[in-house]
Amino acid sequence: MPNKNMNDIEIADLYQELIVDHSRRPRNFGRLAHATHQAEGFNPLCGDKVKVYVNLDQDSVRDVSFEGDGCAISKASASLMTESIKGKSRAEVEQLFSRFRDLATGSGDTDASGLGKLAVFSGLHGFPTRVKCATLAWHTLRAALEEKSGLVSTE
Amino acid sequence: MSALRVVKSADFDLSAVRKDFPALHQKVYGKQLVYLDNAATTQKPNAVIEALNRFYKFDCSNVHRAVHALSERATKAYEAARTTVKQFINAQSEREIIFVRGTTEAINLVMNSFGRQRVKAGDEILISALEHHSNIVPWQLLAEQTQARLVVAPINDAGELILDEFERRLGAQTKLVAIAHISNALGTVMPVREVVRMAHARGVPVLLDGAQAVAHACVDVRELDCDFYAFSGHKVFGPTGIGILYGREELLDQMPPYQAGGDMIRSVTFEKTIYNELPYKFEAGTPHVAGAIGLGAALEYFSQVGIDRAAAHERELLIYGTQVLGAIEGLRLIGTAREKIGVLSFVLDGVHPHDVGTVLDRDGIAVRTGHHCAQPVMDRFGVPATTRASLAFYNSKAEIDALANGIRRVRKLFAK
Repeated sequence: MPNKNMNDIEIADLYQELIVDHSRRPRNFGRLAHATHQAEGFNPLCGDKVKVYVNLDQDSVRDVSFEGDGCAISKASASLMTESIKGKSRAEVEQLFSRFRDLATGSGDTDASGLGKLAVFSGLHGFPTRVKCATLAWHTLRAALEEKSGLVSTE
Repeated sequence: MSALRVVKSADFDLSAVRKDFPALHQKVYGKQLVYLDNAATTQKPNAVIEALNRFYKFDCSNVHRAVHALSERATKAYEAARTTVKQFINAQSEREIIFVRGTTEAINLVMNSFGRQRVKAGDEILISALEHHSNIVPWQLLAEQTQARLVVAPINDAGELILDEFERRLGAQTKLVAIAHISNALGTVMPVREVVRMAHARGVPVLLDGAQAVAHACVDVRELDCDFYAFSGHKVFGPTGIGILYGREELLDQMPPYQAGGDMIRSVTFEKTIYNELPYKFEAGTPHVAGAIGLGAALEYFSQVGIDRAAAHERELLIYGTQVLGAIEGLRLIGTAREKIGVLSFVLDGVHPHDVGTVLDRDGIAVRTGHHCAQPVMDRFGVPATTRASLAFYNSKAEIDALANGIRRVRKLFAK
């Protein structure tokens, strides 16, 4: 798919079953009781809001959850993000975000191997207006880990 | 809008008018474009594109300045456009027609000039709950700077202004009423004649935000009896970056300039400057000459199509669209006013508007999704956003069918 021309990427390449499923039944959804880190993200262009809670044990993510409302892409992305970072160190999370962003924007190394379920977003680069929907949760996660206060905005 | 009931859309030749709009005849993602985002901006007819072309090819020059031939032609065309606008909205004189960048600048002009002169601490500015941000934020800013109060008249569940509530909020402190002629988010036609009557009975001037009205209804400022009327060229088949502020001459006369610079002066010395007469007092700097000429061409074209005929066709489309979309399971129309224009704003059970918009886009269907620069309206209906299909006279029933089929595909996709 990364080799597909942008205009040839079809709607079914974006809204794959896994994405629709996670948007309808988000995993790790809700407030985390013993969060050590948290942050809130906002996309002022569309009103999507997300809160990410992390329980950090030394340097690794013991638990993570999210709350919020938004489009299918933003919810599925947040849900799949929480699944894929549990047990990972901060450095590993940062590296995963970087690879995920490359995949979402279709830039850099578009090889999806090693991304696990996140590879389901490989159709996203055909929809440039929707990339921010998918990266909002990640930016919010990064802010939480960096203990930045205030609202993270996509703009 | 009474004209809608007597004019038959049978006199309207849809395929002929569609030929006038080159942008409509294109494919996106391999599908025929279905353009249903007319409340955001309208497509441009050849008449407008050619007028712009002609200006830049032959007449490009500054206005009101030089004695050479090109400047004379440019000035003549620019002032002819002003006369066209005057006739189109039935103003009394060209002195009441001010070229601005768009509705937003027109409202900001009134806020800065009229507002700062007249509104004092403790005064009130009355708006409605249906306003576009551009008819909310300038007044908030003014209220903040003058310690005045912004008062909001509520709407009902259909998206109509509650007139009693509006009247109750008109008080001795009210210095201005600023209200949409037609709502951008829901398409509601506001009871502006009653609003003006109630306000004038208390000596309060009224500004009408006509951004959504000019392309869908006959606008007659003298019949409306409003004091200010603001609209944008690009929403009435004209270019972007040009708009109109109509103001009653006696009010404009008393108002101080909004921006200062060239063309708005009669004489300048370091001791004293004498301002130019209306409307130039409010047109500092080189204006958007090409835009004004393009707007003139747009209004002439629209008048030739026939505003009543176009409105009657749109009315039929709205009735058809309301039926077809209303029959889709899980779809809720937001904004069901008795008097409305061709705006179909809706939410779909379990599907976010942005996902609706993306799926429709790949079908070649252009709609707007989001809060439509009217967040308080979204809050009123308890939704974060809607999908909005907005019509122009060049739309067809087949395009509404395409929209309905697209929405059904969205539902199927998310029913997994």
